[in-house]
Amino acid sequence: MKSFREPSILPGFGLTLGFSTFFLSAIVLIPLAAMVVKTATMGWHDFLAVLLNPRAVASYKLTFGCSLLAALINSVFGFLIAWTLVRYEFPGRKFIDALIDMPFALPTAVSGIALTAVFAENGALGQYLVPLGIKVAYTWIGIVVALTLIGLPFVVRSIQPALQEVQRDLEDAAETLGAGRFYIFRRIILPTVLPALLTGFTLAFARAVGEFGSVTFIAGNLPMKTEITPLLIVIKLEQFDYKGAAALGFIMLVMSFIMLMSINLLQAWGRRRIVAAGR
Amino acid sequence: MAAGPSSAILAELASRPGRDTATSTIFKWLFISLSLLFLMALLFAPLIMVFAAAFEKGIGMYFNSFKDPDTLAAIRLTLLTAAIVVPANILFGITAAWSIAKFEFKGKSFLITLIDLPIAVSPVISGLVYVLLFGAQGWFGTWLQDHDISIVFAMPGIVLATMFVTFPYVARELIPLMQQLGNDEEEAAITLGAGGLMTFFHVTLPKVRWGLLYGVILCNARAMGEFGAVSVVSGHIRGLTTTMPLHVEILYNEYNFVGAFAVASLLTLLAVVTLVIKTLVEWRTGYKQ
Repeated sequence: MKSFREPSILPGFGLTLGFSTFFLSAIVLIPLAAMVVKTATMGWHDFLAVLLNPRAVASYKLTFGCSLLAALINSVFGFLIAWTLVRYEFPGRKFIDALIDMPFALPTAVSGIALTAVFAENGALGQYLVPLGIKVAYTWIGIVVALTLIGLPFVVRSIQPALQEVQRDLEDAAETLGAGRFYIFRRIILPTVLPALLTGFTLAFARAVGEFGSVTFIAGNLPMKTEITPLLIVIKLEQFDYKGAAALGFIMLVMSFIMLMSINLLQAWGRRRIVAAGR
Repeated sequence: MAAGPSSAILAELASRPGRDTATSTIFKWLFISLSLLFLMALLFAPLIMVFAAAFEKGIGMYFNSFKDPDTLAAIRLTLLTAAIVVPANILFGITAAWSIAKFEFKGKSFLITLIDLPIAVSPVISGLVYVLLFGAQGWFGTWLQDHDISIVFAMPGIVLATMFVTFPYVARELIPLMQQLGNDEEEAAITLGAGGLMTFFHVTLPKVRWGLLYGVILCNARAMGEFGAVSVVSGHIRGLTTTMPLHVEILYNEYNFVGAFAVASLLTLLAVVTLVIKTLVEWRTGYKQ
């Protein structure tokens, strides 16, 4: 065990590592393992039956489709907002900057009922959208809106530091050499920001896939139509179908693992690129 | 950012002809307007809506909603849950950060990934795992029933599920901060004969206190506002196992909109206070996550 850790004169290694791994195991790892074991006891046939049930398949399509769309919208507007906050001075900039984190701090139940009220037929924005034929509340569009709100700070906060890293003198040099605005954006700004943008996109997407609170209020929760996978898990639990719930939970856990690993890889890629650029 | 070109050079560059053309100005205001419009629809409108709906029938009705004993019970349960979860999280965050940041050992990055896991997992799953363990048909369900202990559909389940979702909050702030600050001062203190606890409280803690505060307020906001995980384990027993976010749902589903938005307005204020403290910490330390 000598090579397990490097020598240090600081005390408390065994105690702190022991306590934190114990706490981590008790609260997170063992319960998650229990879910995996529960799924494993049900056998392939039952497992696939739950997984490929049409109602479940419809919920995956909705959950991943809406999350993807929300993350894409956030990539565009998140970039725009990050750009505005980093590059421009305008009154209220610091206030807006602080407010971007609101979805982190705001309970999802609150954003859920508030968005539903805003986009309902008689709501502040809904009263203008519904006559145009755009129904947001109680449709998939509402789910996208709720997921966009949840994911926005992830994208903005990922891009902001990267945008500050862009070397302005490079842009100036390019401009002196006759490069146009779009060319500078495509060849200088975008390559520097790309890893951060992809990280933000993946973080927002991962958060959106698991989101439950705000969506339940605005979605309307119609089976096959506006029922997301986390809600289906809750419904199965309410019917005491523990195995079915565990199976769906297991699939979502696998997806989370994949996304967590992609985020780590993306961040490592971004660091390598910065090192390669000589900074 | 410290290594960038000096501000004098930047100012000189900014004053060069060609940079501040009319097109630049048009782009600037176009981008600012688009950003604000997007935030207005998505963020400001819902926030204003919370208070507009809460005060729709007047201030009297607003404050009347807080006379409902079930609402008061929900507020009490939320505060109590946070009072248990946040200190536990601080203890875990500090011990995890000490072992990870101060020592080099095998499997460290894997341990960090495991600590981050609850962030990536759906809150519904955070509740589900405890139901599978402690629910009526769960692994320990029969044993718990025989011994008359209820975890799921009772307060212990709510505390456990909240602990699960808030798990990484303090550790995530402390680990990078303590790694960045290094071990030199702690090693000096130990060499001079200070004990481990004394070194922590007199050397390490003063250096990381803002980072710790940052993690604590985010942890607290999440603990008080969590919906999905708690919803799964709570059983929604009115006045007994409903936290504030769950009580919002109950009132909302009963079409008691003033009551629902009144409780929601308290949670919104909590979020605002959290953001204010967070921003102050960032300004004070120049520190951003």
